[in-house]
Amino acid sequence: MKRRTFVLRLVAATGALAVGWTFFPPRRRMGDGSRISEGPGETALNGWVKIGTDNTVTVIMSKSEMGQGIHTTLAMLLADELDADWSQVRVEMAPVGDPIYNNIATVVDGLPFHPDDHGLIQRTTAWLTAKTMREAGVMITGGSSSVKDLWLPMRQAGASTRALLVSAAAATWKVPESTITVAGGVLSHANGLRATFGQLITEASTLTLRSDAPLKSAAQFTLIGKPMRRLESAAKQRGTATFGIDVVLPGMQYASVVMCPVLGGTVASMDTAAARLLPGVKQVVAIDGHNGGTGGVAVIADTPWHAMKAAKSVKVAWSNGAMATVSSESVMRTLASTLDTERGHAYLTRGNVDDALAAAAKQVTAEYRAPFLAHATMEPINCTVQFADGRATVWASTQVPGLARRAVAKVLGIASDQVTMHVQLLGGGFGRRLDIDYIAQAAAIAQAAQGEPVQTIWSREEDIRHDFYRPACVSRFSAGLDASGKLLAWRNVSAGQSVVAATIGRYFGLPAGPIDKTTSEGSFDQPYEYPAVRVGHAIVELLVPTGFWRAVGHSHHGFFTESFMDEVAVAAKSDPIAFRLALLAKHPRHARVLTRVAELAGWASPLDAGVEGTRRGRGVALHESFGSVVAQVAEVTIAADNTLRVDRVVCVIDCGFPVNPNMIQQQVESAVVFGLSAALHGEITITDGRVTQGNFNDYRPLRMSECPAIVVDIIPSVEHPEGVGEPPLPPIAPAVANAIFAATGTRLRSLPLRLSER
Amino acid sequence: MTTIQLNGRPVDVSAEADTPLLWVLRGELHLTGTKFGCGIAACGACTIHLDGQAVRSCVTPLSAVGTRAVTTIEGLSGPDADALHGAWTNLDVVQCGYCQPGQLMSAWALIRANAEPTDLEIDAAMSGNLCRCGTYPRVRLAVRQATMSRGPSSGPTP
Repeated sequence: MKRRTFVLRLVAATGALAVGWTFFPPRRRMGDGSRISEGPGETALNGWVKIGTDNTVTVIMSKSEMGQGIHTTLAMLLADELDADWSQVRVEMAPVGDPIYNNIATVVDGLPFHPDDHGLIQRTTAWLTAKTMREAGVMITGGSSSVKDLWLPMRQAGASTRALLVSAAAATWKVPESTITVAGGVLSHANGLRATFGQLITEASTLTLRSDAPLKSAAQFTLIGKPMRRLESAAKQRGTATFGIDVVLPGMQYASVVMCPVLGGTVASMDTAAARLLPGVKQVVAIDGHNGGTGGVAVIADTPWHAMKAAKSVKVAWSNGAMATVSSESVMRTLASTLDTERGHAYLTRGNVDDALAAAAKQVTAEYRAPFLAHATMEPINCTVQFADGRATVWASTQVPGLARRAVAKVLGIASDQVTMHVQLLGGGFGRRLDIDYIAQAAAIAQAAQGEPVQTIWSREEDIRHDFYRPACVSRFSAGLDASGKLLAWRNVSAGQSVVAATIGRYFGLPAGPIDKTTSEGSFDQPYEYPAVRVGHAIVELLVPTGFWRAVGHSHHGFFTESFMDEVAVAAKSDPIAFRLALLAKHPRHARVLTRVAELAGWASPLDAGVEGTRRGRGVALHESFGSVVAQVAEVTIAADNTLRVDRVVCVIDCGFPVNPNMIQQQVESAVVFGLSAALHGEITITDGRVTQGNFNDYRPLRMSECPAIVVDIIPSVEHPEGVGEPPLPPIAPAVANAIFAATGTRLRSLPLRLSER
Repeated sequence: MTTIQLNGRPVDVSAEADTPLLWVLRGELHLTGTKFGCGIAACGACTIHLDGQAVRSCVTPLSAVGTRAVTTIEGLSGPDADALHGAWTNLDVVQCGYCQPGQLMSAWALIRANAEPTDLEIDAAMSGNLCRCGTYPRVRLAVRQATMSRGPSSGPTP
């Protein structure tokens, strides 16, 4: 077995991977400047920054910008240590395929350990995983890991560059280095000497790369910790920012695809005569499903509209394949019946939960359900590929450019180093752009175009109907209370598909092991100090294509766990916040977040009554994910006709050191809105292998008129930075469901939250 | 060949009459600021102005444009546009940014028609513009801030 294959199997078996940067000397990720292409007047002293003779500071980005503001936040890390002038900072995407840009943090985060577990096995596994990922890992943006991954490497690169500029100035001016100060992109000396970065960069480039430059203390930060605005805001406002779909190349053709309505199906035969006669049509080709995708037909034409119009007129006989008998109803039945017989893999056990339940004065039981969900990024799925003279160039919105490059090389039968990737801005990712089906498909289409660049664009319907869906899940709970209402036991077992297994198969064609942390995350890894507990998950193999979605397993387990916690508090006749706090005696960080949200939301005072005929309620939820702790209080109003409005959400987050409070607040607002879309409307249903929904009229995101006021509070912290993009999502659905219960006495145990049948 | 008045200039286009204006702009003229989102006027990403009215270009055939003035995000200018861009920048509204040209085009049409919209009026006018990133709270604030910043003298123009 090749080393890489072995490593990938290890990844599959352990769930996925990531490391705390504390385990890993960051300087080894700095790399020299030779890997960066330098424009006229530009010099790269290491792998993370270029300085121009015109004083521009170009920070190299190994992460994709998909709305989370990561380009701004990462640039802050480097520019602060460099003491650069922020107005001179630009960003540029890193070359694909260099190991210094591999994401280590996200893989270590994926190891199936409880956050409280810092034992020898946990530490050894995390260390080994980190080491492995440095060599065999991938360039990936996901898992709320970007700042965690680059907190030290970006700062080290900035500090190192600053040190070389100081050395260059000292040599030029013949003064000691210690007498030189740097601020706002200018080096100066008490005797009046002064030089910009641009004036010193040529001299600095002759010096040896340093990796021992000291980092600033928090008190010395000038950018880090400040609420900084997004670098690319103006370009996005003016329509000049280039998303994947905005790439325009000389001679570019456009392709529109129609895939088999049954997921996983292929073309049996097609009649292309009518389509070929339409204006602008160049070619009509059948395409296989790549990397987990579905087969279909592509029409290549001179304009996007000609391609779209002609694609509809191709007559296709489909070979439906095995999914044709699958429906979402049958999936839910299978998941529920699995729980009748299986206890699943135990991700957390303490004491004898069965005995404790049997001895309890009171038992509470419930079953919860969550449906499949699509991603529905605003930028429809697209990719541009040019394949000429044995070399391919790819312009794509992707979260995994390295895997995309491999996939394109495989489709075209060339070596990976013959593929050049240009990562564009992403019009939303949410995990959809961790998959590479559409990139491989675009490569296959470009192959047919014989040298001309082709931009493949999916319709919204193809996007909704050929996604990799957030898995559906069924989860059962039993809790035991003593006569005074104290929690004695907590038993939870859930059933669903494994996203990691599915993804490993799609990426690498490899089988995965029986453990996948993402199937159980959000249920086993919460801070509550249960006297006796067992949390298990049974992986059920089904044909529905599943993928990573914002917060992945936390997105539904957060709803299940925090809703059931509310049920148990009610059964214990206890206040929901007081009941939780009693289970957090050894978790002061979590207790603090919960106490703070209670203060901010005015939990101790009664909620204002609504207008006559309406009912109002308030609900709370606490959740830990991706290293961060979030608590939310949602306030809802239910009208006489049972329509629901979420009026206000108060959110408190502890994400460690808040690197850019502005982006953190944006991401909290973002996750609340994204989570509310799913909580109130989100549901993908499947009949005979076909997805029912197709566009924003029947797969409804939240609209502005439904958007609550969102209050955000960030806990001050000097701990290392943790995840931000996903952690505020899991608590929103249970906070709203608990508020609905408070208002109506109705406990909703199924998503989306519906007070009356449609 | 059809001639349209685009961002203040006559422009000849060769697309067939049934081609949605969105694809004339993007596919033929390569003005990519106007975005494709749904194709059925359900998301507002493709919003442009016809004689100052917000219109979904994905369902507006070229034949329906006639002599009306077409304005896209690339051509949006003047004091109201400046007020909106200023508020958008100040409040750092944008996230992934894909829907934002459409949001700004709808917001401009709103504040031209209604000098001081209430939050409910903002919600009503802007709810046709979807945002998956959840910029709604900041869009709402920014529209209000833009109307305040341009002062009481400006307002609907005939």
